[in-house]
Amino acid sequence: MSDMPRIARGAGPASTPGAPRLRLFSTHHRVLGIEYLLLSLLAVALGTLLSLVMRIRLVAPDWHWPLVGVLPPESYLALVTMHGTLMIFFVLTIAPLSGFANLVLPEQIGARHMAFPRLNAASFWLTLLSLVVLLAAFVVRGGAPISGWTSYPPLSALAGAGPGQALGMDLWLVSLGIFCIASWLGAVNLLVTILYERCPGMRLMRMPLTVWAWLVASVLVLISFSVLLAALLMLLCDRHAGTSFFLPAGEVLNGVALARSGDGSPLLWLHLFWFFGHPEVYIAILPGMGLTSSLLANFTRRPILGYPLMVATTLAIGALGLVVWGHHMFVSGINPYAGTAFALTTMAIAVPSAAKVLSWLGTLLGRQRRAPLRLTTPMLFALGFVSLFITGGLTGPILAQPALDSYLHNTFFVVAHFHLIMGMAGAFSIFAGVYYWFPLMSGRLLSERLGRWHFLLTFVGAYATFFPMHFAGLAGEPRHYAQLTGTTSSLAGLLPLQRGITWAAMVLATAQLLFLANLVVSLRRGRLAPANPWQATTLEWAPLTWQLLPTAERHVYRGPYEYGPAKGYCRMEPAQADFKMQCDEPAEPE
Amino acid sequence: MPATFTPRPQADIERKDPGFGGKPPLDKRPTGGGGEGDSGDDGLHRRGPRELLDRYRLGLFFMLAGDLMFFIALVSAFFVRQSAGHFDPRENYVTDWQPLRVPPILWVNTAILLLSSVTIETARRQLFHEMDVIEEWLGMGRPAAKRALPWLLATLALGSLFLAGQCVAWKQLQAERLYFATNPNSYFFYIITGSHALHLAIGLVALLAALVGLYRLRRVQLRQILVDCTAWYWHTMGVLWLFLFALLVGFQ
Amino acid sequence: MPASLRTGWLPPDGSLHGPQLDRLLESNLAVLLALLLLAQLLLLYGVLRSRRGVDAAHPAVEARTSAWRTETLPLLLCCLLFAAMAISSQRLWAALRYQGPAPGAMQVEAVGVQFQWYFRYPGPDGRFGFVRPALVNAAAGNPLGLDPNDRRSGDDIVSSVLVLPAGREVDLRLRAHDVIHGFFIPGMRLKQNAVPGLLLHVHFTPVVGGTYPILCTQVCGSGHARMQAVLHVVPPGEFATWLAGRERALTPAAEEGARQ
Ligand code: HEA
Ligand code: HEA
Ligand code: CUA
Ligand SMILES: [Cu+2]
Repeated sequence: MSDMPRIARGAGPASTPGAPRLRLFSTHHRVLGIEYLLLSLLAVALGTLLSLVMRIRLVAPDWHWPLVGVLPPESYLALVTMHGTLMIFFVLTIAPLSGFANLVLPEQIGARHMAFPRLNAASFWLTLLSLVVLLAAFVVRGGAPISGWTSYPPLSALAGAGPGQALGMDLWLVSLGIFCIASWLGAVNLLVTILYERCPGMRLMRMPLTVWAWLVASVLVLISFSVLLAALLMLLCDRHAGTSFFLPAGEVLNGVALARSGDGSPLLWLHLFWFFGHPEVYIAILPGMGLTSSLLANFTRRPILGYPLMVATTLAIGALGLVVWGHHMFVSGINPYAGTAFALTTMAIAVPSAAKVLSWLGTLLGRQRRAPLRLTTPMLFALGFVSLFITGGLTGPILAQPALDSYLHNTFFVVAHFHLIMGMAGAFSIFAGVYYWFPLMSGRLLSERLGRWHFLLTFVGAYATFFPMHFAGLAGEPRHYAQLTGTTSSLAGLLPLQRGITWAAMVLATAQLLFLANLVVSLRRGRLAPANPWQATTLEWAPLTWQLLPTAERHVYRGPYEYGPAKGYCRMEPAQADFKMQCDEPAEPE
Repeated sequence: MPATFTPRPQADIERKDPGFGGKPPLDKRPTGGGGEGDSGDDGLHRRGPRELLDRYRLGLFFMLAGDLMFFIALVSAFFVRQSAGHFDPRENYVTDWQPLRVPPILWVNTAILLLSSVTIETARRQLFHEMDVIEEWLGMGRPAAKRALPWLLATLALGSLFLAGQCVAWKQLQAERLYFATNPNSYFFYIITGSHALHLAIGLVALLAALVGLYRLRRVQLRQILVDCTAWYWHTMGVLWLFLFALLVGFQ
Repeated sequence: MPASLRTGWLPPDGSLHGPQLDRLLESNLAVLLALLLLAQLLLLYGVLRSRRGVDAAHPAVEARTSAWRTETLPLLLCCLLFAAMAISSQRLWAALRYQGPAPGAMQVEAVGVQFQWYFRYPGPDGRFGFVRPALVNAAAGNPLGLDPNDRRSGDDIVSSVLVLPAGREVDLRLRAHDVIHGFFIPGMRLKQNAVPGLLLHVHFTPVVGGTYPILCTQVCGSGHARMQAVLHVVPPGEFATWLAGRERALTPAAEEGARQ
């Protein structure tokens, strides 16, 4: 993080005279955006490393690791837990929401700054603190917690329930508590910025779809993280104050009956957690959806098909996302009628998602062709997002049927589902965003050649790693199994499959080195970005704005995706300008 | 709501397409003094002096909405926990929920809190008193601050009294040997009143900040914002307390 | 050792409701796989076709057709498909969970303990005896904490393998001592979490004899992966013999053997 200011000031647009000075402790949103992205880059590097160790331990439990020797099974669980926590919270919540929104949101709506810059900065530093606290769990006695990112009590409520459930678990809880508060502050700032700082003419229905996604995601953050915070507080009380919110009567741990007993309910935690957890996964994916829509419009040079529908589906996903949490609990002991109700709401949420997919496909297939499709790297990743979202999403309606989920729950089928739709689709949207907006961070473009290779390997690697997991799941392999072999194991037959997955995962992870190399090389020697390198319509690319130079107040005259000659404007040569920036003045007065 | 010192600009706007949130492109709009953009080239004065206040209010509103969810989660846990029970070895259904008699002092505390809402509202209104505000803005002393000061102090006193009262309530319960971890009802009593007290303590800090700010802040608008937001926060905590209190009293 | 799971596809199924569930699952997979391929091919086609480039278009014509053909109609179809899926599977869910077991179903209890499954049969009296958490003592042969003062627990049989007669419905009660465990018999297409403090019931009917692995599917601590047991589905006669043998072993002298 120490080279932060150099990146921001670097050869980039921000070094132009007149631009604000960007420092490490800046409250400028673009600096914070870059800092957020660096934070999640760190988290993703760690999370990926953990996943590789985990994959290897899964297929070679007896392997002697250098320095540490054979990893015990609890290490596997600690790795899974930390992998999931890092990836979901510090990568997929941070990068698309906090990272990208800080990078471009104010510019996209024609604002000069965030509504509450200092609050915003506080949010970032709290997030960093939260990451530090989380990572501290690795080094304390007992190690990191082992109860998964969902941390179901009583496993997470009793320090004696397993290694890592003592101090490690406490750190995990505290870390997430800090994360909740940090996300809150960030969300308040984003919401007020979106609602209050838009420039003249930037009506709600002219906002880019990314902004809509950030708006809905921020609302979801406010609603769901508060509930998580309350749950964390209660769990901490259970652990340290002798209460029993989640601890049931008659607990017997390690053969010893627990002195304390109340009628707490572990299911209460499940409800609270998933009330948070499900909106959380949509928080992770909504910005990616918005970005994909923007990129598809840009690189096909067509308006996105059905902008109002896209807005409506974003809102619908946000709203429905709050009432489907029970689909994670079909077989956890809830009332079967409730299971049916949650199944129906879950099926309902598949409809707006499908509408989005159709709109993307429609945009791509539309007959109105102006220029050849530009398969730039951001576009490739956006297409990859669509592909992975479909593949991962279509298993959703299967899991949403309680009868089928009563077989598939907590098997690798679920792991396949969420890695494809969340892990990989989410990662692809982040990659697309980084390739697309890199000029805003550095003034340079990322190398297209490296980028293509990176895309190809990641795309193939993602499918090769996560698609076969469906078959392990169908065969009945549960999640969180530290090994498949051993005296009691009936799963040894799945070893070859899992071995293949591990190899694929290694290729996939190694391919990310190309991305890192690209970042490092292009930062110094990348092609200098011309003005508006992607011929985009949205305001972050407007002249002067993208270099953060002072401008007169922006005025917006049109919607965000006016690609191709549109009605009412003078027709230009398609090759010259087949797009209208939102701030371009109308040719003749309206 | 009392007006600010400059009326909100009601520019003659051509509203061609009635979208939401229309902020039509119109340059010549009156801007008030003391606004955010006074000192820079920010170009944000377009919405007049009220803009910053509204922005902070909206931020506060969102923050409180999130906070409300926090309490809703606690309250729903309360109801879930209340209905929990299990079968003992003799197959009798037992529950560990023992209704808790709320210490009577809470009624006094509630009255105090309500009263403090009145005082802080009075203080808030002083800062929107048009003549005073204009005088402050012109640099002619601090009449608005002077008028608000006693009310703020009163609120501070009442708020502290409320917190002290809550402490007394806790002490009384402890004297009855009802500690945090005694039974589910006491968990909820302590965790709900405790969280609320924490919020109120934050409110007290905000009040102190407002007191200091009234004299230290250079911009009138910021003084207004500080007091205004503190007041709204305080009101929310008051209303929230009414609900929580009703819950603790009525739903044992 | 127990039959291992098949690699890569649903394991052989031995329960009454299994074939129905498999059919449902497989038809779902087939439909969604078709949709998946269709969508991916459209995506690929869109990419390949649009690469070719400029072609003076007729914006007016297009505006009329595209919304209906590319959005509304397929979306309606998706709605129908999702609705059909949601509704069609509810029947099975209702049969599995809304309805309780038939009155004569066999009572068995499964108890999850870190990291082992215990099974309890009510014995000749057909009723489960009391358990007391304080009495749990696996080393002394009482892993479930059966209350010796209770008449009904004297004949309860505790076992670490689950043996069931083929063709008879089982009413399984699930409990857990310490943390949440997941009771999963892939071969019976049965999964239900065992939650401490809750007594949950599931019912199923094993029909095909054989040996089936029982797994734990809810992470429960460092031994989660080895928390496995086996289910033997045997002909009714053989089951009766087994049960009788276990009952005989329960005479006070053989108390020690209660744990098997
Ligand atoms: C964002 C989410 C995300 C991502 C990206 C990943 C990435 C990977 N995951 Fe992870 N995984 C989870 C979320 C994620 N996972 C969660 C939530 C769980 C459940 C945890 C639990 O049960 O508690 C889980 C569990 C899990 C398991 C199940 C373990 C078990 O239950 O036994 C496995 C097993 O193979 C696995 C493997 C992998 C592998 C090999 C990778 C990777 O190695 C893939 C390679 C990496 C990449 C392709 C890089 C991704 C790049 C980005 C995200 C962009 C970053 C860029 C910038 C910030 C600029 N994961
Ligand atoms: C970004 C994250 C994300 C997203 C978007 C989704 C989307 C969906 N998820 Fe997923 N889910 C997770 C992340 C996500 N999920 C995670 C992390 C878990 C595991 C948590 C844990 O236990 O650790 C999980 C688990 C999970 C479960 C619980 C499984 C279990 O534990 O037993 C269920 C069950 O219903 C479910 C359902 C769905 C559904 C119905 C959707 C729907 O929204 C999907 C909608 C998409 C589609 C339906 C595709 C649309 C495409 C088309 C229809 C193509 C049309 C084409 C043509 C017409 C040609 N998910
Ligand atoms: Cu028991 Cu996992
Ligand atoms: Cu979900």
